[in-house]
Amino acid sequence: MAEQAPKDRPMFDCRNAFVETLETLAEADDRIVAVANDSIGSSKLGGFQKKFPDRLVNVGIAEQMLVGSSAGLANGGKIPFVSAASCFLTGRALEQIKADVAYSNANVKLVGQSSGVAYGELGATHHSIEDFAWLRPLTNVTIIVPADPWETAEAVRWAAAHEGPVYIRLSRMPVPALDIPDRQFRPGRAERVCEGGDLTIIACGTMVHLAVDAAAMLAQTGISARVLNHSSINPLDTEAIRDAAETGAIVTVEEASVRGGLGGAVAEFVATHTPVPMEIMGFPGFLPTGSVEWLFGHFNLTVDGIADSVRKVLARKAS
Amino acid sequence: MTDLPTLTRPDSGEKTLETIRNQAAWMRRRSLQMVFDAKLGHPGGDLSATDILATLYFGVLRYDPTQPATPDRDRFIMSKGHCTGSLYCVLAAAGYYPKEELCTYMRPQSRLNGHPNRTYLPGVETNTGPLGHGLPVGTGIAIAGQISGVDYRTYVLVGDGESQEGSNWEAAMTAGHRKLQNLTVIVDRNRLQQGARTEETCGLDPLDAKWEAFGWHVEMVDGHDHAQLLEVLGRPVGTRQKPLCVIANTIKGKGVSFMEDVAKWHHGIPNAEEFETAMKELAQDG
Repeated sequence: MAEQAPKDRPMFDCRNAFVETLETLAEADDRIVAVANDSIGSSKLGGFQKKFPDRLVNVGIAEQMLVGSSAGLANGGKIPFVSAASCFLTGRALEQIKADVAYSNANVKLVGQSSGVAYGELGATHHSIEDFAWLRPLTNVTIIVPADPWETAEAVRWAAAHEGPVYIRLSRMPVPALDIPDRQFRPGRAERVCEGGDLTIIACGTMVHLAVDAAAMLAQTGISARVLNHSSINPLDTEAIRDAAETGAIVTVEEASVRGGLGGAVAEFVATHTPVPMEIMGFPGFLPTGSVEWLFGHFNLTVDGIADSVRKVLARKAS
Repeated sequence: MTDLPTLTRPDSGEKTLETIRNQAAWMRRRSLQMVFDAKLGHPGGDLSATDILATLYFGVLRYDPTQPATPDRDRFIMSKGHCTGSLYCVLAAAGYYPKEELCTYMRPQSRLNGHPNRTYLPGVETNTGPLGHGLPVGTGIAIAGQISGVDYRTYVLVGDGESQEGSNWEAAMTAGHRKLQNLTVIVDRNRLQQGARTEETCGLDPLDAKWEAFGWHVEMVDGHDHAQLLEVLGRPVGTRQKPLCVIANTIKGKGVSFMEDVAKWHHGIPNAEEFETAMKELAQDG
């Protein structure tokens, strides 16, 4: 059995990379403003507020106003970064995201905090596992799920420079830095984190490092798993998915509902272009109470769980 | 912004009032024609909002239709986005696109679809249709102006029935809190919503006290009196230190006797005989 996540591996809270990058960008570009719904602390925007007090718009606990006013700020020439808990940002303000941001093609950057099941024990009201399914049909909203601090910083920089709606989905769960040489961030392009030819694991966000560890473990048993960091939920990297299908089997893994997320997006493409056996890993629906670690374990979003799905899909590939 | 032309607001003299009167009369006839031709639309609300729109575009707003994205333009948002008959007429009359295009209203691929779309129609600031969206967006525009120190003004027209949407009050709270004196909301107070009277559905009165309680300065006007509208909407911001709410008392279906104050004309379409009668009545006005 291979070693699982080394205990001494440095882990990072990607919110820090978000605010550090945002502050640096805001120094150079006074169009950048932050918009909050009493979410300054949870978004770690205290430093931004101190540096740019006039450019931190806190609308209070009012998510419809949060997103609607951001479309207005964009109309007034600003580049708003809206930072709020994903569950409320995408759920409560979904119609504002649809009409004011996406349909109006407003230059708004939505930053979902504490996404997935980061709020663990607080329960399904506070989990944000439906957001991909809600936003994916809004085709002009670029959806990025950074897997580590480097990618978080790059996504924020790219979003600020890009004209159009963006949703960056962050987590407060600590993740390690991915070990990938010569990285270059481009929406719509997946990163190949591990080489392999027996099948491909397509992961995003907090699940990528688990997939990497699962691939290392599987290598010990002679299974060669490719791992993709598919941080771009929209647009998809259809070229990388086509290549993945050539390995003959695919496992997707995400900290989100198994309905309508990364797995759904990959399956839509694979089923209509190059069908191969797939396993879609994620959460089934409203979740029971439990810590994040417990929820990951209970729903098999672990190194062992991913390895099990790999063996399952390989059995289907062979049959 | 020094390389951009300086926009100016219209004056409020007698000639301006005459222009507003003529434009409003034309808009009533043209928008009803559009609804009749398309067999779709919302004539009751079009007619109640016509005088407000004509006053804004020909007596109040600072804009240049050849440069619809000029940063220091005044913004207008039609939050009651279903009243596109009157909105599309006033934008055409203001010069954003040719009046000939109005005959494409609601046709396949037309830029003039049932609710306004900024991505292909100049003069539209944000896409509306679902109610309660205009004021939060308008408030954001006003905040941007406040941060930048640019003196454009933002006007949002909401329906009175629309005021039942809670999102309006989220925006009203922030606008009052931030003392957004560059922001004006106009309530088209025709007292009818889609299905019945507002006060029978979910009562709004006392509407002025509600806005005042949220930190707004409130003015009540006759929403069909151009002089009153012009005076209140065109008034310099001065030292008000508050956002402005203009409650415009209007009559749904204004100008067509059998449509006035009758709920069914919210989205009722006149038959040929009714249309002929209506156009005769409207011809007498201007």
